Amino acid sequence: MEKNTLHSQTLHLDQKEGAYVNELKSSRTLPINAPFLEVPEGLDGNVVVSSINTIIDWARKASLWPLSFGLACCAFEMMASAMGRFDLARFGGEVFRASPRQADLMIVAGTVTWKMAPAIEKIYKQMPEPKWVISMGVCATSGGPYYESYSVVPGIDKIIPVDVYVPGCPPRPDALLYGIMQLHEKIMKYSPRPL
Amino acid sequence: MTINLSTTTLIDKIAQDLGFTEISNLTDSILIKNKELISIATFLKNTPKFDFQMLVSITAVDYIEYFEIVYHLLSIQHNQRAILKLRCYDRESPSVPSVVTIWPGAELQEREIWDLMGIQFTQHPNMKRILLWEDFKGHPLRKDYLR
Repeated sequence: MEKNTLHSQTLHLDQKEGAYVNELKSSRTLPINAPFLEVPEGLDGNVVVSSINTIIDWARKASLWPLSFGLACCAFEMMASAMGRFDLARFGGEVFRASPRQADLMIVAGTVTWKMAPAIEKIYKQMPEPKWVISMGVCATSGGPYYESYSVVPGIDKIIPVDVYVPGCPPRPDALLYGIMQLHEKIMKYSPRPL
Repeated sequence: MTINLSTTTLIDKIAQDLGFTEISNLTDSILIKNKELISIATFLKNTPKFDFQMLVSITAVDYIEYFEIVYHLLSIQHNQRAILKLRCYDRESPSVPSVVTIWPGAELQEREIWDLMGIQFTQHPNMKRILLWEDFKGHPLRKDYLR
């Protein structure tokens, strides 16, 4: 390769990225569980969950701001669910944000490759707490048709914790809406861990 | 409709103008020698009779005994196509000349072939992986690729 070209100057960045992808691929073999309310030891049975949490949870579940995170064909079904025919606004979740810093729900819609994995991890870390993740479609859930492929992550729960899995290839907008309603129930039942 | 240029015309013209006689006729395409690629490609692009200004695609096929690299050429001026093929018998470090200097659009496709099939293109300005990450082991579209 020629010296002093732009390509040769950026090669070390590629190698750094490649090393991190290899590290992820070899170390992330087990799913990460979604966080639940953790009660410290010795306090079991002594904690009262007050009614203010109910109101906060109700406000949170009724105004989810999803991150527009379309990776493949599932993204079209996600867009369709936000449009007038299915109308995600009925469940308070139509404000798709382009920035992870303004979003609290990540809908991972599509195939995640190992090269994409560092980016998805970084975007998840950029989202403010409390945050939830929906894995949309079989590709994001388990690799789907690309299961055991050399380049596809076998389920995004190896990278980030997932709250709701929506099966389908791709799932229809009704299925995604049902997944979001299941997430609403989960938010109401389990308050996110206070930070 | 775009017509395929007759391979016999192509072979006759190349033999007449460049003096390359060891070109096989595969009825729909011509099989050329690796070291003659650059002169034949330059000739096909710059001769007004052919005028192949556009390289539609480059691809590679693994036939286990050898790799075959296929070039699809298109002449918009004369509305005709031609197909060139190369064979590479070395499995350990196969390499063929790069046509980036002739058709700049070949750059990304040659990188993709290097990435997935492991064929080096000599004289390519930026021969590195394009789809997979650096330090990936092996070339996954080869027939003998095992995880």
